[in-house]
Amino acid sequence: MTPEEGAPADRVAAPTVDGTVWHKLHPLTPVVRAGPVVLVLVVAVASSARSGRSDDSVWLYELGLIVVTLGLGIVRWLVTRWRLEGTTLRVETGLLRRDSRQLPVARIQAVDVLRPFLARVLGLAELRIRLAGSNSAGGKLAYLSEPVALDLRARLLAGQHGLDMATPEPAELPVAVVPTGRLAGSVVLSSATLVPVLLVAAAAVTQSVSRAAAVAIGGTLAAYLVVLLRVVWRRVSEQYGFTVSHAPDGIRIRRGLLGTVSETIPFRRVQAVRKQQPLLWRPFGWCRLEVEIAGGAAGGGQGTRAGTVTKALLPVGTDDAVRYLVQGVLGPDTPPLSAPPPRARWKAPLSYHFLAAGLDSSLAMAVTGRVRKVTCWIPLDKVQSVRLMQGPVQRLLRVSTVHVDAAGRRVRAEFRDRDAGEAERLFGEIAVRSRSARRNIPPPVAAHSGPDSAPGTTPAVVPVSPAGVAPPPGWYLDPAGRHQLRHWDGARWGEYVADEGRVDRDRLGPDGSGCP
Amino acid sequence: MGGGPLDLTPPVPGRGVAPGSVGPMTATATGWMSPSPKLLRMRVIELVVAVVVVGAAVGASVSPAGAVAAAGASVGAAVLCSVVAGRFLLNRFRAWRYLERDEDLIVARGVMFRRTSVVPYGRMQFVDVTAGPIERVFGLATVKLHTAAAATDARIPGLEQHEAARLRDRLSSLGEAKAQGL
Repeated sequence: MTPEEGAPADRVAAPTVDGTVWHKLHPLTPVVRAGPVVLVLVVAVASSARSGRSDDSVWLYELGLIVVTLGLGIVRWLVTRWRLEGTTLRVETGLLRRDSRQLPVARIQAVDVLRPFLARVLGLAELRIRLAGSNSAGGKLAYLSEPVALDLRARLLAGQHGLDMATPEPAELPVAVVPTGRLAGSVVLSSATLVPVLLVAAAAVTQSVSRAAAVAIGGTLAAYLVVLLRVVWRRVSEQYGFTVSHAPDGIRIRRGLLGTVSETIPFRRVQAVRKQQPLLWRPFGWCRLEVEIAGGAAGGGQGTRAGTVTKALLPVGTDDAVRYLVQGVLGPDTPPLSAPPPRARWKAPLSYHFLAAGLDSSLAMAVTGRVRKVTCWIPLDKVQSVRLMQGPVQRLLRVSTVHVDAAGRRVRAEFRDRDAGEAERLFGEIAVRSRSARRNIPPPVAAHSGPDSAPGTTPAVVPVSPAGVAPPPGWYLDPAGRHQLRHWDGARWGEYVADEGRVDRDRLGPDGSGCP
Repeated sequence: MGGGPLDLTPPVPGRGVAPGSVGPMTATATGWMSPSPKLLRMRVIELVVAVVVVGAAVGASVSPAGAVAAAGASVGAAVLCSVVAGRFLLNRFRAWRYLERDEDLIVARGVMFRRTSVVPYGRMQFVDVTAGPIERVFGLATVKLHTAAAATDARIPGLEQHEAARLRDRLSSLGEAKAQGL
């Protein structure tokens, strides 16, 4: 019931989103919205019927409830409409208090397609759009038919990149898939689930004197196991079949067992990347990769108070997959790491073995942690503030710490316990480099268009984002015109091309003219 | 962008411009500024009030015993405490300073725990100017910068109210001119 997104057959059938007329949500929307309520009531009616109380008034009452729920849903459906007006998406809703919302396409931080179970059965999907700012910024369209939702997402993301909105949704390269067994194992092995079990077991060992105590401990353990199973089930069903793909418009994530979620994170919207390696995962070589993006989810999400959302880019994966993904998001080079001076061991005896940090022209990278190793990358053009700190112990040891803050609550790279002189230099350097990183990204136009384009080829279509800065690595229309898309590595056109979703190689001439 | 190292050595204690403390990358920097000396006076008065209140309470609880020696000892302790705390306040006051540069604002503070923050104007979300009741009596205000990062702690206390207003206006106009998306 879930056709693969982006499959060519799917796209042909997709009705195009017309920018001139108002669109309505899918007519089955009230049914999907009322679904859970109806289900509960039907079960209640069925059970009361089985228990023999065939009282007519009960039937009427519950039927009435269903009708009211559906009726409200229908009214809501009737008064909700949306339209794509140039570069803004406009959503109007509300019967008594009219709410009209304009979502500027250029400011979109992420677009998610959600399919709860019932919607999925009926071929519907919810489109969730995140903007930067408060929790309520952004919007959602629930529910659209799946092809419309996918088409609209493609348009919004194309517009977000400054391309023509009619650009077809480009090919995506699957990067990593999380096997279900590993997912379940990683959830069970997390400290949140394991520590209480160990505590109770320890209590059982030490207290195994009286029978009553043993019973009590057994009961606690059983109750805890039930909770544990629920947690495992929830996490596994949320992240079941977790697939990460590279697409021109960003990173795509697809996950979910009953209801599926498909998220797209544009590369330039990534505020920070974090890799976590908990102790218990280390024997298996697993780690978790998270990205921080600005923009609270419309309608919930975790960690939205400070205006950013943490998203798992890979809930559990091997080092290789994580390295590949990090390179995909942040570019091929990561800064060389160096450890703080050995005298810092006196100040940080428990974490010294992990401490390391590095800086290059576009990234700040820091490793911290005592038991859990945490690596954090922050693109310098996303730096919000830089702080240099030194406590009394640090002053004795002639070391200081530099914090590089990115948007969010606790999002920062900590250059801990660096040599005081080095820290001061770093502090000034990061301020300067982040300033130039924000501005001086060379636009690709200068390098790839101009008089030396060979005659006969279509003029180079160079992606230009609204700010006039170079777009992130990704797939764009082939400047030589020989293929549908060509990969842009962030600085120059690469040799990878894509036609109808199939990836191939075809080298472009050194001058961008298309001569191999 | 060849930024030279930023010299962070503390400026001449007290007020005003310390020309030597400005790094070469700041072409039109105005130099380090300090909060108003009224801030120190305010803090000292706060301290004295606190010491008197606590001392009176302690004295009242001791006086039933009627020991003059105890009263004398507590007065001595209070004086000692206020001298130590006053010294601390003076150092702390001297450590607060800020520097407006072309592209960013630097705020430095702290004696035991030294902190220096750089906030680019383009990253500012909004600027807060607050003045509590005691601050208002002294005609002072506190300016606080907010960015999208919750950890940013660029706060400048004890500014004269006109200076606070000037700083706020300058910061918000600069923030608007250099604003960057996330």
